[in-house]
Amino acid sequence: MTDEHRTPVSLSGLPANDPHLQPAARNPKLVERVISVCFVVGTLCLAGFGACYWIDAQPWKLGATMGGGLLFLGVGIVAWGKYLMPRGPFVEERHTLANSEADRQAFAAAIVERGGGVVQRRKLLGGLLGGGMGIFGVVALFPLLRSLGPLPKDTLQHTDWRSGSYVVDQSGRRVEVGDLAVGSIETVFPEGTENSDRGQAVDQTVLIRVSNEAFTTMKGRETWAPHGYVAYSKVCTHLGCPVGLYEQELQLLVCPCHQSMFNVTNGAVPQFGPAPRPLPQLPLYVDSSGYLRSQSDYHEAVGPGFWERK
Amino acid sequence: MSDVINTKRSKQQALGRYGRVGKTLDELDDRLGVARGGRTFMDKIFPDHWSFMLGEIALYSFLILLVTGVFLTLYFIPSSAIVTYHGSYAPLDGQKMTQAFASTVNLSFAVRGGLLMRQMHHWACDIFVGAIVIHMARVFFTGAFRKPRELNWIVGSTLLILAIVNGFLGYSLPDDLVSGTGIRIAYSIILSIPLVGSYLAFWVFGGNFPGTTIIPRFFILHCLIVPLIIIGLVSAHLFLLVRQKHTQFPGKGRTEQNVVGSPMFPVFMAKTTGFLFIVGGITALLGAFAQVNPIWQFGPYDAARISYAVQPDWYMGFLDGALRIWPSWSFHSWGHTIPFEVLIPAVVLPGLIFNLVFVWPIIERKFTNDNAIHNLLDRPSNRPKRTAAGVTMLSFLGMLFIASSTDVLAKFFNVSLNDVLVSMRYLTVIVPILAFPITYRICHEIQALHGGGRRKTPNVVTRSEEGEYSATPSPRYVDDVPSHLEATPVPTYIHEESDESGDSGVRVVDR
Repeated sequence: MTDEHRTPVSLSGLPANDPHLQPAARNPKLVERVISVCFVVGTLCLAGFGACYWIDAQPWKLGATMGGGLLFLGVGIVAWGKYLMPRGPFVEERHTLANSEADRQAFAAAIVERGGGVVQRRKLLGGLLGGGMGIFGVVALFPLLRSLGPLPKDTLQHTDWRSGSYVVDQSGRRVEVGDLAVGSIETVFPEGTENSDRGQAVDQTVLIRVSNEAFTTMKGRETWAPHGYVAYSKVCTHLGCPVGLYEQELQLLVCPCHQSMFNVTNGAVPQFGPAPRPLPQLPLYVDSSGYLRSQSDYHEAVGPGFWERK
Repeated sequence: MSDVINTKRSKQQALGRYGRVGKTLDELDDRLGVARGGRTFMDKIFPDHWSFMLGEIALYSFLILLVTGVFLTLYFIPSSAIVTYHGSYAPLDGQKMTQAFASTVNLSFAVRGGLLMRQMHHWACDIFVGAIVIHMARVFFTGAFRKPRELNWIVGSTLLILAIVNGFLGYSLPDDLVSGTGIRIAYSIILSIPLVGSYLAFWVFGGNFPGTTIIPRFFILHCLIVPLIIIGLVSAHLFLLVRQKHTQFPGKGRTEQNVVGSPMFPVFMAKTTGFLFIVGGITALLGAFAQVNPIWQFGPYDAARISYAVQPDWYMGFLDGALRIWPSWSFHSWGHTIPFEVLIPAVVLPGLIFNLVFVWPIIERKFTNDNAIHNLLDRPSNRPKRTAAGVTMLSFLGMLFIASSTDVLAKFFNVSLNDVLVSMRYLTVIVPILAFPITYRICHEIQALHGGGRRKTPNVVTRSEEGEYSATPSPRYVDDVPSHLEATPVPTYIHEESDESGDSGVRVVDR
């Protein structure tokens, strides 16, 4: 191709025999043949897609026929545009978007003098309307926001564990003192919440039985873990994922979301990862019939941090 | 007489020259006056450079999202009502789950073409966000965002945010174990905002997590509100593009005052339609052969259950990574808690990054004092500081992305999770800091390279009459690098004038 042909020209008024209007392909006949093969294969694939759909073939056959059909048609069309259409290059002039100084002045005058003047002369009206619009803007948000949901009040501070709540597993069966083997773990709930959303999301608690019958996690919690039953909130203090992995040898509870690790033996203090606080511990006792029950609610809010958290 | 016939014939010819199509267009023009504008539009010139198709990938994957998405809405039930599953997927038979999850499993297995549509929808989303990011990088590194296109840069960046948001919303809809955990994390992130966090969280979720309103709300946002905003902004993006015309790389015949390339009709239209088909075809093939988000393997969401390697879609990775490696700094005093360990990586950090993106054109103008209108693009190597800044940001995001798979990395390389986490903390700081000077240096090296970044020119081999062959490089394409950026040629030999004796002992090498 000579240099002249690479010079961009304007599209309008170009004679039909101009080299810029010739196809880019050196051998248009061959390209045409290749493209027609593409189109034929593409059409066959799409027909195949119809057939597959009709007979309810497996999804991969649907996708393969549709994908193949679109791909072959697409390649054919692109090749048509690239090799068999005017090769160019063509040039288009840009016009400056900015208008003349006089036009700009007139536009600004229309807004500032005509529009602004009207408001300037009627300051009272302008002020009143502005005030009305402002109030409307503010109150329009109120019902929208207030209808969306209840106010949090102190619901985030408490769970449904009460003094004397029975500890039940996911099927609702009360946990007795002999139920868990040493070293095993169970997800438990206060009785009656095991099937509720809130029970799942807020009250979920891990119950672990450690070998030491007189186990104490930290000072002041001497009576919280009867017969080696330790209970921690299962809601991670980082972002609320369930702390579902128990590493028995290292006595670690691991959150699989962001890998916070809590040490079971010393009050679930975070030993690693981004969690900022220990998992709250639930004080337990064993009643006269041998059932595990909670002494009270958690002594602090469970789960991730928030502004009102004390 | 013959004159009259001739005029008549010529009149008829003039009228009927373009046949039916011409007639229709005439009728249209009578009513709407479209002829001149239409002609200008047909003649609109599109630059031929490959990098201009990145935006097209984004546009077309968005079209695929719309089409496949409409299909999915016909079968998806956005409800948190609990049902017992009795469908064609036997392993889940008899399990309790939300209707959202059950209907997603149903549309995957019981609806003809449903699984394909769902996988195509998911793949198209991943491609959509990816194409936006790469398109944005192209615009950034070539300086296409400069005056007069700052507004379109802002529109485009907003589109990226909306694409990520809508991706997250859609990913959350099936209410499977992994996405439900993602919603819980989103809830906790909203909760972490000081003063208003718990109120915002309760408003978004209609109460405490999880409640039953979040799936229907996400559904309306995902299928109606956010797509409408995206469609509006995409229209604005394209309108601005047509109004301001394309940028182009410098080259022969290309100036600040023109655009060189192929016309809208028929060349560009053919290429771009074909490209739409190709993007659709590849998405369909991915949907057919590459399994994505198999929710029936994760199971329905249960706030008390969890699985290993919980990761969001790729475009949320940088946030997840930031949450993983940020230290556990929490403020707790005076009866209040500020969870910095969540607030900074998940709220402040993305806020800073996107604000920086938005104001970058202004920052650059401040530093360069360049207030001119630019229609010719930069080669990235000719703007070392901007290029280095962009690479720094991308490497920072890249490190955060890698950090979102600390557990998988630790397992794969069989090293301690602790070591992976600590090294990711260091790398996320060190790599971007190193990336800046290294990129800056490389840009300067490329500039100094004589003819660097040019297309290779052919050597013309000639045979002399004596039979000797000699190769001479043909002249360079003039259109590769603007002349003012030409590197100075470095002398390759020392030419010493031969003295009187004619034998200086210095051999003069002629090239």
